[in-house]
Amino acid sequence: MIATAGDDLRSTDSLAIRTENLCRYYQMGEALIRAVDGISLQVRSGQFVALLGQSGSGKSSLLNLIAGLDRPTSGSVVVEGRNLATLTRQELAKYRLKTVGMVFQSFNLIPSMTVYENLELPLRLAEIDREKREDLCCQALDRVGLRARIRHRPTELSGGEQQRTALARALINQPQLLLADEPTGNLDSHTGTEIMNFIREFNESLGMTVVMVTHERALAESYAREMIFLADGRLVQSQPPASADDLETMRGGAR
Amino acid sequence: MKLYDVAELAVRNLRESVLRNSLTTMGISVGVASLVGMLALGIGLQRLADRRLEKSGLFDTVIVTSRRELRNFNREREDNGPSPAESPSLDESARTKIEGLPNVLEAYPDIRFVTELRYEDKPHLTTVAGLPFSARNNDAFDGMAGGFFSSATAPEVILQKSFAEQLLGRADKDDENIKVEDLARDLLGKQLVMRYAERTATASERNDANNPAGMGYSVISREQTLKIVGVCDLDPDSLRQQARARLFLPLEFAQNLHVLQPSDLRDTTNVLSGKLTYTTVEVRVRSPKYVQSVEDAIKKMGFNTFSIVDATKNLRQFFAVLDLFLGIFGSLALAVASIGIVNTLVMAILERRREIGIMKALGASDVDVKGLFFAEAGVMGVFGGAIGVALGWTIGRVINLGANIYLKRQHFPPEQIWFVPWWLVVGAVAFAMIVSLISGSYPASRAARLDPIQALRYE
Repeated sequence: MIATAGDDLRSTDSLAIRTENLCRYYQMGEALIRAVDGISLQVRSGQFVALLGQSGSGKSSLLNLIAGLDRPTSGSVVVEGRNLATLTRQELAKYRLKTVGMVFQSFNLIPSMTVYENLELPLRLAEIDREKREDLCCQALDRVGLRARIRHRPTELSGGEQQRTALARALINQPQLLLADEPTGNLDSHTGTEIMNFIREFNESLGMTVVMVTHERALAESYAREMIFLADGRLVQSQPPASADDLETMRGGAR
Repeated sequence: MKLYDVAELAVRNLRESVLRNSLTTMGISVGVASLVGMLALGIGLQRLADRRLEKSGLFDTVIVTSRRELRNFNREREDNGPSPAESPSLDESARTKIEGLPNVLEAYPDIRFVTELRYEDKPHLTTVAGLPFSARNNDAFDGMAGGFFSSATAPEVILQKSFAEQLLGRADKDDENIKVEDLARDLLGKQLVMRYAERTATASERNDANNPAGMGYSVISREQTLKIVGVCDLDPDSLRQQARARLFLPLEFAQNLHVLQPSDLRDTTNVLSGKLTYTTVEVRVRSPKYVQSVEDAIKKMGFNTFSIVDATKNLRQFFAVLDLFLGIFGSLALAVASIGIVNTLVMAILERRREIGIMKALGASDVDVKGLFFAEAGVMGVFGGAIGVALGWTIGRVINLGANIYLKRQHFPPEQIWFVPWWLVVGAVAFAMIVSLISGSYPASRAARLDPIQALRYE
């Protein structure tokens, strides 16, 4: 089954992500774990996609493959025209640096560094000049409303503030793709909503393609424009949220 | 990442666990300090020995004798070269020629005779030798009481300690510690009367140099008053063994006395031709390493030579081996320290697994991660090296101080037995850094290979 997230099936030139028969198997002793087992899907640029499924359905594995953190066992994953399976380790690192921004359930800020230093790290890796870094960090922090916390360490921040810092860090190198792995999983519902609003804003105002892994269907329905369901490493169903406005596109979006 | 950023991140990471990293750095510095200490000791001892050898004049001296002088230092070599009867005589023109050889500082005749001296109307018999004015830098005069000759022609003498004791009638039997200062107090400025045999050519003989037959010379007994200017503790003439002198005159002054030399009788025919010949000429060479070439050149001229050059070669070999051993012992401590670096960095990888995973997720390449760990090892190496050199230097100063206090108590001049040359400072810091980088290479590549997904899953 091939899922295409987006309105126009025929215009493939604006595809952000395309996977073809993507597989990722792990050997665990005797057993072969098929974390991702032949997934083919397409995500249009500027789309907001939610990957839904139970624990162990392979949604995080799929996200890691798209993020270039992992390599497929077979099949291909093409992001912004580049087949990640063929990139060298060095090229893959550069891809993660420039093309992808990631946020995680556990925030993944470096605890020994201040908010500023955490934001500065991807800029250092991208070899951005020292003078420009401060401006870029401040801009990113302004966007998530955390300018006042610039000299604080992650442990001095609330969960929501930490995730906002992580969002600012994900934006800092102006990537085309935002990948979020259960971004609200460690937050209360109020703070979760706040974070989701930021993600939606980035999607709408910055035109970033967003792929979000979640197991909360309600959250996906209120923010994502497309939902992809996975079970046992396979695509089960792909559909837009069942809101009245989008009923029309649902027929065209899924096949 | 840019180099500056790598270095900055490395330093800030090291500051995050100050205690552990500074303990590791201290480990390196102790290793470097022991290496520097051992090598500095070896270098210091070698310099000390070199200086002693240089000043002793033993190893940069070539003794030249004529082949005509059958009582030679090294008889076995008489088989080579011209036969004694055909060999050139060792006269003033030969001396000038030898002095003109490359790397020769000076060549002076050895004036030496046994004679009687009167001090306070008591006669004493001893060997007298002429000392070139350049000998004032000789090590043997280090512990001297009084001063060196005021000029090359002054009627002055320097006494060897044993002769000074003899003059004062103080036999050095039960009490070994008669000080030169005590002897000098009674002797300096006092007068000695030397009686000697002057050889003079008569006017009529000189007129017909082409016909030496029937010529002769006269020997006149003379007296010369000499002033005692110094008493030396050590023996400046030790190379001569049995023939060594215990009383020294300025060489030029001694030459002008025209004292009858023992060889004059043996070489009567040459003396009668009007040419003054020398028994022995001493040649001082610029440095011990030129001794061999100078010796060869003089042999080619048809003279016999003698030197102690081989002894220095053995000595140098000894110091090379000593340095090697000291270096190995010093390096052992550094090897232990490098294991400390490996341990610290491997522990850091375990502790910072998640951090490495985050960095990789953010786009850090293997090179970035490797570079960061390398830089951390390098920074510890540089700091450890610098502190170690400072530590080694301080220990050296303390040991020098202690050694000199001991030497002073034993009435010896102070010595620098611990010497740290600048190349050792630079070399030790560089070596510490290289050792650290080698130690860091395993942890660094292990960190670079870390799978980011595994690292991020790890809580």
